[in-house]
Amino acid sequence: MSAVIEEHHGEHHDHKPTGIGRWLFSTNHKDIGTMYLWFSFTMLFVGGALALVIRAELFEPGLQFVEPELFNQMTTLHGLIMVFGVIMPAFVGLANWMVPMMIGAPDMALPRMNNWSFWLLPGAFGLLIASLVMSLMGMGSAPNFGWTFYAPLSTTYGPASTDFFIFSVHMMGISSIMGAINIIATIINMRAPGMTYMKMPIFVWTWFITAYLLIAVMPVLAGVVTMMLFDRHFGTSFFNAAGGGDPVLFQHVFWFFGHPEVYIMILPSFGIISQVVPTFSRKKIFGYSSMVYATSSIAFLSFIVWAHHMFTTGMPVATELFFMYATMLIAVPTGVKVFNWVSTMWRGSLSFETPMLFAIAFIFLFTIGGFTGLMLSIVPADFQYQDTYFVVAHFHYVLVSGALFGIFAAVYFWLPKWTGNMYDEKLGKLHFWLSTISVNILFFPMHFLGLAGMPRRIPDYNLQFAEFNALASVGAFIFGFTQLILLYNIVKTIRGRNTVKATGKVWEGSEGLEWTLPSPAPFHSFSTPPVVK
Amino acid sequence: MSATIRVASFISLMLVSMQSWAEYQLNMRPGVTSFSQGAYGIHTMVMWICVGIGIIVFGAMIYSIIMHRKSRGAVAAKFDDNLTVELLWTIIPFIILAFMAVPATRVLLAMEDTSNSDMSIKITGYQWKWHYDYLAEDISFFSNLATPVEQTQNKATKDNNYLLEVDNPVVVPVNTKVRLLLTSNDVIHSWWMPAFAVKKDAIPGFINESWFETDKVGTYRGQCAELCGKNHGFMPIVVKVVSADDYQAWVAGKKQLAAAAAESATKTWTRDELIEHGKTVYATNCAACHQVSGEGIPNVFPALKGSAIATGPAAKHIDIVTHGKTGTAMQAFGTQLNDADLAAVITYERNAWGNNMGDVVQPADIKAAR
Ligand SMILES: [Cu+2]
Repeated sequence: MSAVIEEHHGEHHDHKPTGIGRWLFSTNHKDIGTMYLWFSFTMLFVGGALALVIRAELFEPGLQFVEPELFNQMTTLHGLIMVFGVIMPAFVGLANWMVPMMIGAPDMALPRMNNWSFWLLPGAFGLLIASLVMSLMGMGSAPNFGWTFYAPLSTTYGPASTDFFIFSVHMMGISSIMGAINIIATIINMRAPGMTYMKMPIFVWTWFITAYLLIAVMPVLAGVVTMMLFDRHFGTSFFNAAGGGDPVLFQHVFWFFGHPEVYIMILPSFGIISQVVPTFSRKKIFGYSSMVYATSSIAFLSFIVWAHHMFTTGMPVATELFFMYATMLIAVPTGVKVFNWVSTMWRGSLSFETPMLFAIAFIFLFTIGGFTGLMLSIVPADFQYQDTYFVVAHFHYVLVSGALFGIFAAVYFWLPKWTGNMYDEKLGKLHFWLSTISVNILFFPMHFLGLAGMPRRIPDYNLQFAEFNALASVGAFIFGFTQLILLYNIVKTIRGRNTVKATGKVWEGSEGLEWTLPSPAPFHSFSTPPVVK
Repeated sequence: MSATIRVASFISLMLVSMQSWAEYQLNMRPGVTSFSQGAYGIHTMVMWICVGIGIIVFGAMIYSIIMHRKSRGAVAAKFDDNLTVELLWTIIPFIILAFMAVPATRVLLAMEDTSNSDMSIKITGYQWKWHYDYLAEDISFFSNLATPVEQTQNKATKDNNYLLEVDNPVVVPVNTKVRLLLTSNDVIHSWWMPAFAVKKDAIPGFINESWFETDKVGTYRGQCAELCGKNHGFMPIVVKVVSADDYQAWVAGKKQLAAAAAESATKTWTRDELIEHGKTVYATNCAACHQVSGEGIPNVFPALKGSAIATGPAAKHIDIVTHGKTGTAMQAFGTQLNDADLAAVITYERNAWGNNMGDVVQPADIKAAR
């Protein structure tokens, strides 16, 4: 990214600050996007290392490496870091980079707030990781109640570090809300002349809807952790039955945040796939308007299905039926999206560069996650799946081979535009094949484990579960170390030695405003707004 | 592609060379109750519908990937919309969903009908064991993990029921509708018996209901399904379904045991008897946190070895074990153990690991302190 400083583009100059101040005080959407993406990538390795500790412990029956107490801290921090530290910041980073360029704007609408929303994150995760470091040094326990932090395990029975966790979640929440406000303000106010809502690229649309979801539910998350804080220190009993409260209330509030959160973590990837598939099919996206309506329906339905995470809590049967039917309905708009992607490929002129490979793997594997999601919605069967490895398999198919593969596709897709250099296609393909094969070795056997009766979040298990756990652990280590190839490829592309220079259009089938800019994209995107016909 | 082959051969090598090939299971088991079979049936149906849809969708993609590639000279078609197909693939999935919803609703309604039961058992979750209370029989007991800690620590061979065995299983008669009332003493647990398709959360302060009835005599094993703290993976469930006669014999035996325990609480024990019995009580109830070595876990669970309480006045020690310590994981064992057990375990703690207090605590002391 340093190779571009002295370039001139048309009549405007890049006034790029230098030194550490460029990053600390940055108000530039590209620099902030870059920081978000590097932050997310760093957290991917931290959260991944925790996952490998978990998989090492589960490689064989018996306790080998970590005691149960530490094991619970590993699963908790793995979940929190991957959800809040990897997937969400990566999406915000991509939005920062791409939304202004895709709608023909010079920058984000609220650049100073943009800076603050990024710089809250290292603080939030520093606090969270500090609790783990202190735990490893023998000073109490890190959060150990799972990323869903159900009360009263996290309130009455939570370790002292729960307060670190609460403060950390507050900071993440503020960061996300500000990021979302910024994206909405940018999309509403800064579209180029002629770019009506129904001409916006699908990635912009999905982020637009995601941002509203964030604004709606992050305050609910802040609310639930605040209630925890009050229960812990100020004598309230929201979640304490002994004081007249209700532990299940916690789950209702948490999942009212948690279910839309699931879509927050997948909708931007839907958008990415909807950009990548048409480009490499050399064909327009099939059913643009139905894509937009399907995304909106998914967002709406996400608010009325939360209790499908709670079928075993003993709800009235009418409530169970309502949440079952509402959840099953989500299959309809989700199906529309998948059918549209397949139709976009149908009778196209396909080529298989790395972004397209990841997009195709996304469609296959996300759909498998969607199928298991449908199975989970069926209450009588859910009683057998709930809190087993079947659920673990389901959400990792959706979040790893779904959300994360979408992010990989986006990085390969836009990296030439960001750096001005083509990435190493051979390494990209190697990364793709190793990732795709190992992710299935890692997560597919978990379906069998869950159906056979293995509960999730246990550090040790009966011998009947040994084979598939060993297999999953092998897959985990291959998948984990494969990501170093991506790191190497990105660094190599940024440094630009022995790489091919990228053209402005980058891909043969590129469509959209971001490809009308030179590669690398100038420091300020569109000083004069382009006109969209 | 050579990398792919290398990975595949590595994995097959790993699997072939693995030592213990226990029986493994790919699919859900049908179970032994009417609704576990209902759940299995619906699981199977939905799974095959998904496989069918998957074959169509993935088939179309694979066809497209092979036939419509640029390298074969494919030229992109121009279409990007078709209202008819879009309506079709909105409506058809909807009909398929309705087709699934009907049997799902039927099975669910049967599952949630706890009326007309023949007997009731109250189940209380504790960190980390289950307590069972036979409401009509005046029988109640704790059910603890029975797997020796040596197996968990890989110092002994693991047997087939590793981590799925308990000291006191639940015993119920066959062909009887058993209603379960679930609650918890501390955090949320979840009572899961896969063979019955019963999974219900045990929530402090609230009572949940469920039921099962089976015509198959046998021993069934399950586990706690809701993360409940450190030993969540170590609180199994074992249910023995027996004939009506065997059940009556078991009830009589349990009542005899209770009478013997009541008697033992009134006698005066020798120091050696107390320490010997205390060691087993400690292993079942205390070692999970304070560890077999009495050293605890630094900053999480305090050590008893050389601790101020275990080497201080006996009255304070009796108080904390009997009444617990609020705001910590230390439970009030006075409600869980009888006078003899408490006297024994306290005596043991005061004389083990070099604590060497030399004193004894008798059941009568506990009775006085309650
Ligand atoms: Cu439990």
